[in-house]
Amino acid sequence: MRQYILRRLISLLPVIFGVSLITFGLMGLVPGNPAEIIASYGKEIEPSQEEIEAVQQELGLDQPIPLQYLRWLGRVVRGDLGESLLSGQSVWHEITTHLPATLELAAGGMVIGLLIALPVGILSAVWRDSVVDQISRVLALLGASVPSFWLGTILVLFFAVRLGWLPSMGRGGWKHFILPAGALGLRSSAVLMRLTRANLLEVLDEPYIRTAQAKGLARSRVILRHALKPSLLPLATMLGLQFGHLLGGTIIIEMVFAWPGLGMLITESILGRDFPVIQGFALFITVVFVSINFVVDLVCRWLDPRVQYGT
Amino acid sequence: MEQVDALARTARRVRHRDRQNRLAVFSSAISSYVRRAPAGFLGALLLASLAVLAIFAPLIAPYDPLAIDLQRAIVSPCWEHPLGTDHLGRDVLSRLLVGARASLGAAAFTVVVVTSLGVVLGTMAGFYGGWIDEIIMRLVDTVLAFPSIILALVVAGLLGPGLRNVILGLTLVRWAGCARLVRSLVLSVREREFILAARSIGSRDRRIVIRHILPSILGPVAVMATLDLGSVLLSLSGLSFIGLGVQLPQPEWGAMVNYAQLHVQTAPWLAIAPGLAIVLAVLSANLLGDTLRDLLDPRYRYVVS
Repeated sequence: MRQYILRRLISLLPVIFGVSLITFGLMGLVPGNPAEIIASYGKEIEPSQEEIEAVQQELGLDQPIPLQYLRWLGRVVRGDLGESLLSGQSVWHEITTHLPATLELAAGGMVIGLLIALPVGILSAVWRDSVVDQISRVLALLGASVPSFWLGTILVLFFAVRLGWLPSMGRGGWKHFILPAGALGLRSSAVLMRLTRANLLEVLDEPYIRTAQAKGLARSRVILRHALKPSLLPLATMLGLQFGHLLGGTIIIEMVFAWPGLGMLITESILGRDFPVIQGFALFITVVFVSINFVVDLVCRWLDPRVQYGT
Repeated sequence: MEQVDALARTARRVRHRDRQNRLAVFSSAISSYVRRAPAGFLGALLLASLAVLAIFAPLIAPYDPLAIDLQRAIVSPCWEHPLGTDHLGRDVLSRLLVGARASLGAAAFTVVVVTSLGVVLGTMAGFYGGWIDEIIMRLVDTVLAFPSIILALVVAGLLGPGLRNVILGLTLVRWAGCARLVRSLVLSVREREFILAARSIGSRDRRIVIRHILPSILGPVAVMATLDLGSVLLSLSGLSFIGLGVQLPQPEWGAMVNYAQLHVQTAPWLAIAPGLAIVLAVLSANLLGDTLRDLLDPRYRYVVS
């Protein structure tokens, strides 16, 4: 196991290196001279040539690109992602203050998604081609075709505007939480329920299930005790990926519900052309995403040692 | 002379019969597909109709989608305005139709570019192997390490708002998944006997790739492109929704849902119509893609069937 972790960690190195290169290179996409943009930020008058050069020198933008990259990497490794142009706060501070709200929403969405997907998925595998199965098929297809932001809007329309049961925006008690997390959960349940079903059906085809049935075990016992556990394993891998999707979905759905998380931060930064925050955000989220997938990988390996790296 | 005439007549008759036969074969093939996969056929039909509507939108649209008429602001659906009007009195149906050009057109364009890039790079990596493979696949791994929608968002955000930049962002992110799939397909075909046969009669690399490898991976690539169309459309409308993408006053489905947010209390139809349009388009693409995948690759039957 230790050897496996080590090998996986080493295989991550080129990816991390590539990610850092791309994130650094992202700043090259910004149209115009970054020093000029920073020098003129929030000012009425055009910055003078001296001011621009001062910023350039301060940020080291007058140095050759490879050197700039190394200096940037050095700062990033020490957790210094630069400063926000809009607020003047450090980017790290901006991200960590907005992070809990987003994590809360993404985790809530995932839990709701699983709460819907597991029972429906299991039932539609057990009663294959039954009404439940047909309904879940249609739901899955619809769920995969509905944009989360629109689903959120429709939920607001129904539960907040029509019925007045739940608040339509902001973050507060659990009531504020239900609609955005519900919209995310409904959408992610679409993929997860079909996957649950597919995995369970595959396990039910295995010879040892026939053995269990042949020795006269009750069907419910065969399914719950023998089939379910191994069928959930591939789901664990999927959950890591799904969490990345959920983070992405959260970013967009936060706009619908005025949820004060990373999505609000990044949309404000994009509209305000706050480049350091955008860059820091990309790096941060990607590191989180890569780490989650790494941990999921280890957990899967731990649950089932047959899993080989690279498959 | 007479003989020549008779010969020509016979030839004409044979040609005619052949044509009839081919037509019959073709139509029976289509009808067998319709019977075997009605959902996929429905998807194809819907997608084609949406494309036709988008192409002829300016001719079909009952009103000018940009014409502001404050006298008729927020009119609920009625005979003159089947889908109502928005806060500036613009006809929603007309905006929806013309908006289809931005939404569907941009999504289709993105998929074409992404698939071409993926096929070229994936084939290079899979066919040549070695350092070319190494470089391309390292790049693929790196791009896939980013959560895709977030990288697209960041790229488009840094470039600035505008449809072109959103397309660019999505392309830069999505080619990687496509290249990886194409590479694995090429790898599985490369060692087959018919490639060896082609090589043994002296075919050059170029001919082997174009005449033998590409046709044999066409099916899975088409499935992927069709399914991509749906998910690109979702990402695209999501990015438009948060204010990147198509800029005011031009209509686009995702952006229309965004502006509808402000009037969700008084004019729910503003939010419902463009959203349903997105769902319909994505659903058609998914139906078609899923069906094609079932027909081509029965291994996936559990996931979709």
